Amino acid sequence: MGDIGFTNLQAILPQLFLAAMAVWLLMTAAFSCKRVCNAMLAGTLITLAGTAFYLAPHLRAEPVIAFNGMFVVTGFTVFAQLLILAAAALVVLISADYLKENPGYSSSFALSEGSPAARDPSVKPKDDGGKGQPSEYLVLLLLAVLGSMLMVAANDLLSLYMALEMSSLALYVLASFNRDNAKSSEAGLKYFMLGALASGMMLFGMSLVYGFTGSTGFEFLSALFAKTGLEVSKGVVVGLVLIIVGFCFKLSAVPFHMWTPDVYEGAPTPVTAFFATVPKVAAFALFTRLLLHPFGHLLPDWQQIIIFVSVITMLVGALAAIAQSSIKRLLAYSSIGHVGFMLMGLAAGNAAGAQAILIYLALYIFMSAGAFGCVLMMRRGGQYVETIKDLAGASRTHPVMAATLSLFMFSMAGIPPMAGFFGKMYVVLAAVSAGLSWLAVIGVATSVIGGYYYIKVVKIMYFDEPAPHFDKAPFMLRFGIAIAALVIFAFCLIPSPLVLQAKAAADTLLP
Amino acid sequence: MLTALILLPLLGALMIMLFARGDDARAAGEARYIALFTTCITFALSLYLWIGFDGNLAEFQFVEKADWFKSLGITYYLGIDGISLFMVLLTTFLMPICILCSWESIQKRVCAFMVSFLILESFVIGVFCALDVIMFYIFFEGMLIPMYLIIGIWGGKDRIYAAYKFFLYTLAGSVLFLVAIIYLYHAFGTTSIPDLIKAAPTLPLNVQRWLWLAMLASFAVKVPMWPVHTWLPDAHVQAPTAGSVILAGILLKMGAYGFLRFSLPMLPDASHYFTPLIFTLSVIAVIYTSLVALMQQDMKKLIAYSSVAHMGFVTLGIFAFNIQGVEGAIIQMISHGLVSGALFLCVGVVYDRMHTREINRYGGVVNVMPKYAAIFMFFTMASVGLPSTSGFIGEFLILLGTFKASTWAAFLATSGVVLGAAYMLWLYRRVVFGDITNDEVRAMHDVSARELTLFIPIVILAVWIGLYPKPYFHAMDASVAQLLKQSEGQR
Repeated sequence: MGDIGFTNLQAILPQLFLAAMAVWLLMTAAFSCKRVCNAMLAGTLITLAGTAFYLAPHLRAEPVIAFNGMFVVTGFTVFAQLLILAAAALVVLISADYLKENPGYSSSFALSEGSPAARDPSVKPKDDGGKGQPSEYLVLLLLAVLGSMLMVAANDLLSLYMALEMSSLALYVLASFNRDNAKSSEAGLKYFMLGALASGMMLFGMSLVYGFTGSTGFEFLSALFAKTGLEVSKGVVVGLVLIIVGFCFKLSAVPFHMWTPDVYEGAPTPVTAFFATVPKVAAFALFTRLLLHPFGHLLPDWQQIIIFVSVITMLVGALAAIAQSSIKRLLAYSSIGHVGFMLMGLAAGNAAGAQAILIYLALYIFMSAGAFGCVLMMRRGGQYVETIKDLAGASRTHPVMAATLSLFMFSMAGIPPMAGFFGKMYVVLAAVSAGLSWLAVIGVATSVIGGYYYIKVVKIMYFDEPAPHFDKAPFMLRFGIAIAALVIFAFCLIPSPLVLQAKAAADTLLP
Repeated sequence: MLTALILLPLLGALMIMLFARGDDARAAGEARYIALFTTCITFALSLYLWIGFDGNLAEFQFVEKADWFKSLGITYYLGIDGISLFMVLLTTFLMPICILCSWESIQKRVCAFMVSFLILESFVIGVFCALDVIMFYIFFEGMLIPMYLIIGIWGGKDRIYAAYKFFLYTLAGSVLFLVAIIYLYHAFGTTSIPDLIKAAPTLPLNVQRWLWLAMLASFAVKVPMWPVHTWLPDAHVQAPTAGSVILAGILLKMGAYGFLRFSLPMLPDASHYFTPLIFTLSVIAVIYTSLVALMQQDMKKLIAYSSVAHMGFVTLGIFAFNIQGVEGAIIQMISHGLVSGALFLCVGVVYDRMHTREINRYGGVVNVMPKYAAIFMFFTMASVGLPSTSGFIGEFLILLGTFKASTWAAFLATSGVVLGAAYMLWLYRRVVFGDITNDEVRAMHDVSARELTLFIPIVILAVWIGLYPKPYFHAMDASVAQLLKQSEGQR
């Protein structure tokens, strides 16, 4: 007990590498590179790639339990961690030029985000004279990724909570990164207040579980529930419900979704793209592990909650998005709808459901990051615009961008042959195999309602009279979007690698 | 072979995207020629399919199989039988005609139009060739995207409403179909259509009923059957001429094809159980929409309602469960594809000249356009079902088959034939005969050589089927007989 052995270090080597690189980049940021520059961006991407490089060999390796059961490395966790890294890298790619060129805040409060002067690169912020966001942005992003990776690997309620808070703290700061902007500050504060409340509830739930079982370790809990079956104390069930509430907040599942549209709208677009992908993958993978592994034997206890949450999440996601005029709010509700759909896979409570969730998450991060990349392309005269109407007639002024965004929209709507359809297909398959056909019917019905607003975006781009041109998009942004589009398009042709990998990963979760 | 047939139009679309860029006249011309060339080659290739097709075999022919979603056992699986053969032929035959008819009427964003059309052709051929339910579904839904764009970009005044309605109606129907096929996959562990046809009929009746209703939701919208037909008049009226032709000629057939490929052989007991429902809906479709058609002021809307009525005959024939009914339904599908496609072309011809579809604005067209009047007369007669045209063979066989199954349904449907004659002849009289009351009509010129080349092949085919349908029956006999055997159920 207590000594940090070689196996332990080896198991978390990727995370150690990531942490070390983050600290090193923090030093660089503090002393030589105050604003985001190419070197910082390259450092971030190298860090993410390096972590993935250390991580990848674990994908097919035997499961390892490290630090006395605090952390675990299995095919499932490694798969989810790779998704997190891919999503983070994609977000950095699409936001590279935004970060380099947009001064995040200045010391002068007169230059508020809305005024043209704040956008004008010639008006330099007073504090250090550089342009672009402060370099800490990338460091915070890496720390959020680190927290997310640890979250996925947590094998104890305590380590789970620590990792969750680690990523959340970085996210709170990121949400309010444009600190001069009232909306961004509001977003950060709102996220912090509600996030703290949810964390508190989750912690209370964990303490109940600990109090009634005597342990916080996943393995112990799993063994205990295997023995007791459903004959557990009601305290455990109450604790479990509170933990579920905390996760629903993190996933922005209805009825704990209120913060999502405001935060998505208020936060700077690259941060929104990050919010929509990385924390979602982490929270969902962890939620799946938690419910299927230690609490798997209590399936009848939590299944109906998840079913209920899934149905209302899908409904709210589909209905509330219809009235939105801001593309960021629309994508916020769209992400709520996707979460609802994935919860359907979780409600199935079997390996097919876990596999479906992993496939859906993998495709979702590419659709989502790609769509936010297209939002980042919407810039006129150096000014970012965010209403759906600004896309009018984009098919004539920017045919490639319009076609790509349509690809993402049709994919999110689940129209084959785009990849999003296959994600939905696997989830429906899982639900049907768990005897939840009626839930599948509700799910596909809401996806028809959701189809309305996705094709509305296509309609505005293709059928309406053109609005003025956007600025020319920088190379990195187009490159990032191209990667996302390629994945969405190619999945239909070569599905096997991802599908088989996800199946193998899901099987490690439920042997 | 079938893969080539699906890929060829995509290749053409790719070539247009690569080589005919920009919005200028040269690029538009190139796009038109590439599209025409591609569709013609595709048609030639599909003719080879017919020649190589062995009508004595009931099995699927030209089968191609490859791994796809390995872990689920979903395969890339293509093949055709005597039923789908003609659907593929109808598609490849109508496509060059559509391209030709939009040669001059589409002037806006020609390249994008041609690309959409070629992608549409590829997906439609895919629907008729797919032997894997998931593949079928992908093509079935995927073709919504190009069609949505075709109606929405190149359509008429209310095109956006029509495009939404078309898209959402169809999507709402087909997602239930998706749940049904996933249920079938879950129950039998396969998505191959031939395997499911063998396995699925063993399902108990109450499960079959639910699955059958889920499939009905999808196919009834596509056919369209009363009361979910309301998207069709809107979509038809707003779509450009070529879009209407494809919609009437081919897309409507997908629903009926779905009944033949899925509902009947996979869920025979439920199909028998629900036959009275289908008969009722079909008879209502035939009579009610014929009456609605009588009241129309818009030429395209009238023909759209006549399509609903004609497709009512098709569903009637399919659920008669005898060889006359089913073969009649298939012939009626082909005939309706040709004739109502041609009628939309006829409307397109005068619309290109007058830019109105209102019947009242016309009158006395025969005085200035005699050739046009003759062609329009022919297709009016074919639509009404005059003997020696294709329409007669289809309707006659369907009524014969229906009579065996239900005297009442046949009796009521026959009254639809009379109503059909009424609205078509009345349309013809109001547009073509009478005195010229509108000066714009006087200025119209007769059909051009390009327009004539559109009509001639359709006329030839319609007469051929009407006079000598034997080659068609020969190719489909074995497949239909097998289908009927499969759909006997466990009564």
